[in-house]
Amino acid sequence: MTFEAFLFYFFSVVLVGSAVAVITVRNPVHAALFLVLAFVATAAHWIMLEAEFLGILLVLVYVGAVMVLFLFVVMMLDINMSRIREGFMKLLPVGIVVAVGMMVVMAMVVGAQVFQVEPPVPASADYSNTEALGQLLYTEYVYPFEIAAVILLVAIIAAIVLTLRKRPDTRYLDPAKQIQIRREDRVRMVKMESEKK
Amino acid sequence: METLYLAIVLAPLLGAIVAGLFGRQVGRVGAHSVTIAGVAISFVLSLVVFWYHAMAGGEVYNETVYTWLVSDGIRFEIGFLVDNLTAMMMLVVTFVSLMVHVYTIGYMQDDPGYQRFFALISLFTFSMLMLVMANNFLQLFFGWEAVGLVSYLLIGFWFKRPTAIYANMKAFIVNRVGDFAFVLGIGAVVFHAASLDYMEVFAQADTMADATISILPGSEWSLLTVACILLFIGAMAKSAQVPLHVWLPDSMEGPTPISALIHAATMVTAGIFMVARMSPLYEYSVAALSFILVIGAITAFFMGLIGLVQNDIKRVVAYSTLSQLGYMTVALGASAYAAGMFHLMTHAFFKALLFLAAGSVIMALHHEQDMRRMGGLRKYMPITYATALIGSLALIGFPGLAGFFSKDGIIEAVHMSSTPGATFAYVLVLAGVFVTALYTFRMFFMVFHGEERFRHAPPAAGHDEGHGHGHHGGTPHESPWVVTVPLILLAIPSVLAGYFVGPLLFGDFFADALFVDESRDVLARLGEGYDGVLGFIIHGIMMPPFWLAMAGLGTAWYVYMKRPELAQKARDTLPWAYNILDRKYGFDEFNDVVFAGGARRLGQWLWRFGDTLLIDTVIVNGSARAVGWVSGRLRLGQTGYLYHYAFAMIIGLLVLILAFAL
Amino acid sequence: MIPLSHYLVLGAILFALSVTGIFLNRKNLIILLMCIELMLLAVNMNFVAFSHYLGDLAGQVFVFFILTVAAAEAAIGLAILVLVFRNRETINVQDLDEMKG
Repeated sequence: MTFEAFLFYFFSVVLVGSAVAVITVRNPVHAALFLVLAFVATAAHWIMLEAEFLGILLVLVYVGAVMVLFLFVVMMLDINMSRIREGFMKLLPVGIVVAVGMMVVMAMVVGAQVFQVEPPVPASADYSNTEALGQLLYTEYVYPFEIAAVILLVAIIAAIVLTLRKRPDTRYLDPAKQIQIRREDRVRMVKMESEKK
Repeated sequence: METLYLAIVLAPLLGAIVAGLFGRQVGRVGAHSVTIAGVAISFVLSLVVFWYHAMAGGEVYNETVYTWLVSDGIRFEIGFLVDNLTAMMMLVVTFVSLMVHVYTIGYMQDDPGYQRFFALISLFTFSMLMLVMANNFLQLFFGWEAVGLVSYLLIGFWFKRPTAIYANMKAFIVNRVGDFAFVLGIGAVVFHAASLDYMEVFAQADTMADATISILPGSEWSLLTVACILLFIGAMAKSAQVPLHVWLPDSMEGPTPISALIHAATMVTAGIFMVARMSPLYEYSVAALSFILVIGAITAFFMGLIGLVQNDIKRVVAYSTLSQLGYMTVALGASAYAAGMFHLMTHAFFKALLFLAAGSVIMALHHEQDMRRMGGLRKYMPITYATALIGSLALIGFPGLAGFFSKDGIIEAVHMSSTPGATFAYVLVLAGVFVTALYTFRMFFMVFHGEERFRHAPPAAGHDEGHGHGHHGGTPHESPWVVTVPLILLAIPSVLAGYFVGPLLFGDFFADALFVDESRDVLARLGEGYDGVLGFIIHGIMMPPFWLAMAGLGTAWYVYMKRPELAQKARDTLPWAYNILDRKYGFDEFNDVVFAGGARRLGQWLWRFGDTLLIDTVIVNGSARAVGWVSGRLRLGQTGYLYHYAFAMIIGLLVLILAFAL
Repeated sequence: MIPLSHYLVLGAILFALSVTGIFLNRKNLIILLMCIELMLLAVNMNFVAFSHYLGDLAGQVFVFFILTVAAAEAAIGLAILVLVFRNRETINVQDLDEMKG
């Protein structure tokens, strides 16, 4: 077993193990942390596949941003933990059957006899995956790239709009109403006799 | 010339637009001034046109003014064909229209719809001119429908009367039957000739006569005969021939000037004009001519008989019109187109005169139309009396007056004709002469002579709210000058028009317009013996029609003047005959029961079965219920739980992958 | 050298696990969202593997875009989740059956 194969199997075991943990552990905080582990293992796989940029990206963006967001939400919400895993064991056999059945069938499709591809020659030392990807992204895929940017913008706005709420107890001034005020609304001049003492 | 023709057509249209759309602004005087001016322009220019074509020997004008569209080589155009036939029709139409316009000032003076009325009769004049001046079938059809529309609007002019609404619906629906056939006829013509233009169609008449069409499987009919008969069915509705005549008597619900203009002088003669115009087609189809002859003869005689028992003065004149239209149709059937057109012209004058005189009487008696409440009006209304006498004499064919020449021409032509059915027609038209004289003078005597029955008349039944004269039941007095002047002006041609018999009937006046096959040219054969107007009169006096007319006149005088009880006695001895006539041979009842009732029953059945059961219950509600039922079942699969959907997704995914794996 | 099919089978396992996770998880909407992330990861794994073995960078570009969309989806999904919790005081999947026909 070469070192490469060892690394592959090691990270594969880590990946599958953490994936199983994600769907089985009771605590959502733990699930989120296992998901981080799964992402890291995947990043390792991608780096082995000479996709260094994407591997780093996965760690930075997913582990650094998305998963933090998940943890934030999980911790922010006051979730009743006691009910959270009820009936899990009852469904587990069915789940295992489904998972195994699906796995087997998919393995039949993507199995060794179907995809007989020659392993590629490893890239030379001065090859830069980031640069090659950049070349492609900013020339041929520049329009999809722009669209992706817009999608992110939309997501930002949507997330803000969805979660924004006006607190009824907050006091603030409305400038539009302020400048529309006329004197008659506020002050009334009354002419009256001076009162006698 | 094109400008001239356009001016003739458009002047009344302009008047109609001004009076119709801006009637409130221009007021009553403005409305009648502008429309009369429009029609007067048309009349004067028509005189010029008539002079140019008939006297100065002008060329036949046949030009397209405007091409609307061209579709598959068929041109849809507006164009004018002006020859002697058209020129004569234009003259008649504009003259009678002008007279009626003037007359209306007096007749409608208190009516709230004054401007509307003027707008409509001017519009009618425009439509009728478009019809007669057309040089293609499309424009003919346009005019045909437009006069029908105006006629509908005018019959129902007093739209608050239920009877008027019934009458105009009836007129419209009956005309629809005819128009349907008419359109089919035009379609048959276009189908063969691939053109709407008269001249191009006429040029193909001989090939069309050989063409056959198979309408019912296994039967080959001559295309020309089919087209001619279909066109004539259109004419039957428009010119009120049996059995499509039922609308005309009811149309008397309209104001009297309308009855004179539309339902006596012009519109109803459109069918006659159309057949005459199509003479190059009809001449190739003896079957169609024979059909025309028989229909015309039946109308001429049997409709006259009904006139004998009517008591409404306008209805008597209306049945007289039907009868006279029958005469014209008979002339067409006998290939004596010129005679038919001649009678059309003279009839337009004297029948308009009679109608307007009747209107004058009706006005004097505060809209009383029942002849049993008239009588002895001679000394109160001398002008109306004199003109009505002229009209009546002209109608019965008194020698020297217009009707004599035209009617004698027709009768003689039918006598000589060898078209199948001519003998039958001859007997009927001859008998019709007696009947005509009888009912005409029955009416005349009942209205103008005898006892003054209007004095103790109860309040008039036919009184309408728009004519609130305060002085009811007073002594009748002569109508104002706007009424009497048209009467006098119409009386003049009623006397004189007959003297054109020579050129019109036996000369070549219509040579350009009418085509008659050599073998059937009865008028030419009659013309051989023609030796001037005087000779014609002398000859006429010796012929049976004159004596029959005199006999009719005498009978009327004897029965209604000398022995008024005789009429009652005749009614009592022959109750069934009276009943048949009084019920107008049951055409109305038949139509009501069979067509109207049948349509209602069919509609009811369609509503019950087709609408309520099939569409509402089965298709609409049924499909909704089916969808509801199916979705009710499907809804059970929608639990709303994500994991159920995920499970369904997994199953679907597995099936998909299995399809690849296996 | 590791053959391509190894990576593909790894992706398949990951995918099957995440689908099963969605199916099994009846209590917690957050776990559901995580499962979806995992599923996308499995797909990305296949893309990167193919890209490497076929020598075509387009696969990696695709992954790039999928990551973008997945990030957006996560953001919006979590926002919706917060809303759901705020309105219904629960993220229990079993209680969320409004879509029932």
